[in-house]
Amino acid sequence: MSANIYKHEFRTRLRSVLIWSLSVSAMAIFFLSIFPAFADQAALMNQLLAKFPPQLLEAFGMNRMDLSSVVGFYSFVFIFVQLCLAIQAGNYGYGLVSVEESELTADFLLTKPVSRLQVITSKLLAALTSLLLTDLVVWMASFVGILAWHGSRTFDSGLLVQLMLSIILFQLFFLAVGLVISLLVRRVPSVTPYSLGLGFGAYVLSAFSGMLGDVGLEYITPFKHLDPAYFVQHGAFETPLLLLNVAITLVSLGLSYWLYIRRDIHAVS
Amino acid sequence: MSVIEVTHLTKYYGKSRGIVDVSFNEEEGEIFGFIGPNGAGKSTTIRLLLSLIHPTSGTATIFGKDVLTHGPEIRRDIGYLPSEVFYYEGMKVVDLLKYSASFYDHDCTQRMHELSEIMELEMDRRISDLSYGNKKKVGIVQGLLHSPKLLFLDEPTSGLDPLMQRKFFDLVRQENARGVTVFFSSHILGEVQRLCNRVGIIREGKIVEISDIRSLQQNNYKKVHVTADGLTPASFNLPGVTNVQTENGAMSFFFKGEINAVLRKLGSLQVTDVTIEEPTLEEIFMHYYE
Repeated sequence: MSANIYKHEFRTRLRSVLIWSLSVSAMAIFFLSIFPAFADQAALMNQLLAKFPPQLLEAFGMNRMDLSSVVGFYSFVFIFVQLCLAIQAGNYGYGLVSVEESELTADFLLTKPVSRLQVITSKLLAALTSLLLTDLVVWMASFVGILAWHGSRTFDSGLLVQLMLSIILFQLFFLAVGLVISLLVRRVPSVTPYSLGLGFGAYVLSAFSGMLGDVGLEYITPFKHLDPAYFVQHGAFETPLLLLNVAITLVSLGLSYWLYIRRDIHAVS
Repeated sequence: MSVIEVTHLTKYYGKSRGIVDVSFNEEEGEIFGFIGPNGAGKSTTIRLLLSLIHPTSGTATIFGKDVLTHGPEIRRDIGYLPSEVFYYEGMKVVDLLKYSASFYDHDCTQRMHELSEIMELEMDRRISDLSYGNKKKVGIVQGLLHSPKLLFLDEPTSGLDPLMQRKFFDLVRQENARGVTVFFSSHILGEVQRLCNRVGIIREGKIVEISDIRSLQQNNYKKVHVTADGLTPASFNLPGVTNVQTENGAMSFFFKGEINAVLRKLGSLQVTDVTIEEPTLEEIFMHYYE
């Protein structure tokens, strides 16, 4: 770990953190503001939902959500929070070392008296700090939204906190997978399309997994590993899927270190 | 003591050649010129020495330490100026230089300001607003501010105007006078000739010649121009004569060998004008590339 790289990396990302955390918070607050309307007309809502094709409901996990309870409704909002933060984390992962190479600043950094190990560790820690900072803002906004609009309904705040905390595992997954993919390809031309693809791709897989039933898609998408609807129903995530999620993250991280230390940094041309 | 020691260094990028079986030494305090056309493997060699890329086979040591295992330690005393400079676009020059300085243990502030003054660098501007030549200046200051013991210059003068080039060369000479070893890669022979003690010539990934710059010029062939009555191409029918050109009773050729043989031939002619000169590095160089 090298403090100056960490600081530099963190500063470079500060604006992006600000934009992400504020927009995701705004989205969460907006959703929560319509909760009273939902909850008051829960019966009507359930009638309406019953008319939807079951596959569609399954795709969004809505048949397993009680939208009239605070935690149930938040778990619905949480899917969108997950989606946004997945794209952000994927962005940071893809860009972690590839941006230096595509913008050709890697020569500057790697001819300094630091090891590749120090470089990648400092960068990862800086990205992680940025993600946690985003989380803090989103968590606070969520709590503010819930406290403002929960009305007379009670909720299990312990469960809510656990659900919120699970976003860290979720982000780590996208950070690590983004990083390892960026190291497996020779050059990453542009970061955003990749991370959008990864984020939405994983989300769509999760939706399909609901619609298609038993085809094993739940093993590869973190939206299923850390399924908020399942969590609210059972008070915990599905242990094998949770472990799988952590395992994929760790393997990706390990592989990234291995690849980065051996990587050839090519010259311009 | 050899500062750089390269032994049988080979690098392939997949199937395409980088360098093949390159070996050379550079002694402390030398300015070593590394010349060759674009794509010959100059940058590959430098990147291997900086462990930006990893060799296919062979070894390289700097300050007696292996570049692969002791990279960070070695790089404390290395300054590098790449042929193309790229820096974090959003940063100000001064912040970039400070960031660069923050990697070294000692305080580089004073040297940083000295160098910026010499190179007339405006510290408050953003990197993205700088012209190519100005970015190059940032590169020079950045490469020198920590007072390195070994300098890698990869085609350093491209983009610098002649005045700045001269300042830069003076700077390199001053550094060298303080004992700094310089590894200077270039395809512009004039500047190598002006600056270097010894040169290595690289062609298609292989070293074709390593020699003292003087002996390269002296032990090589001479350029002879003669104007004389009754010259025919047969007049200098000697072994070692090449590149014969005749024009309006004047003749020029390259000669390699015992110079007295040419002088005897000249003595038998009614000569009106004669020059015998050392070839420029350029001409020697072309000879290696024929």
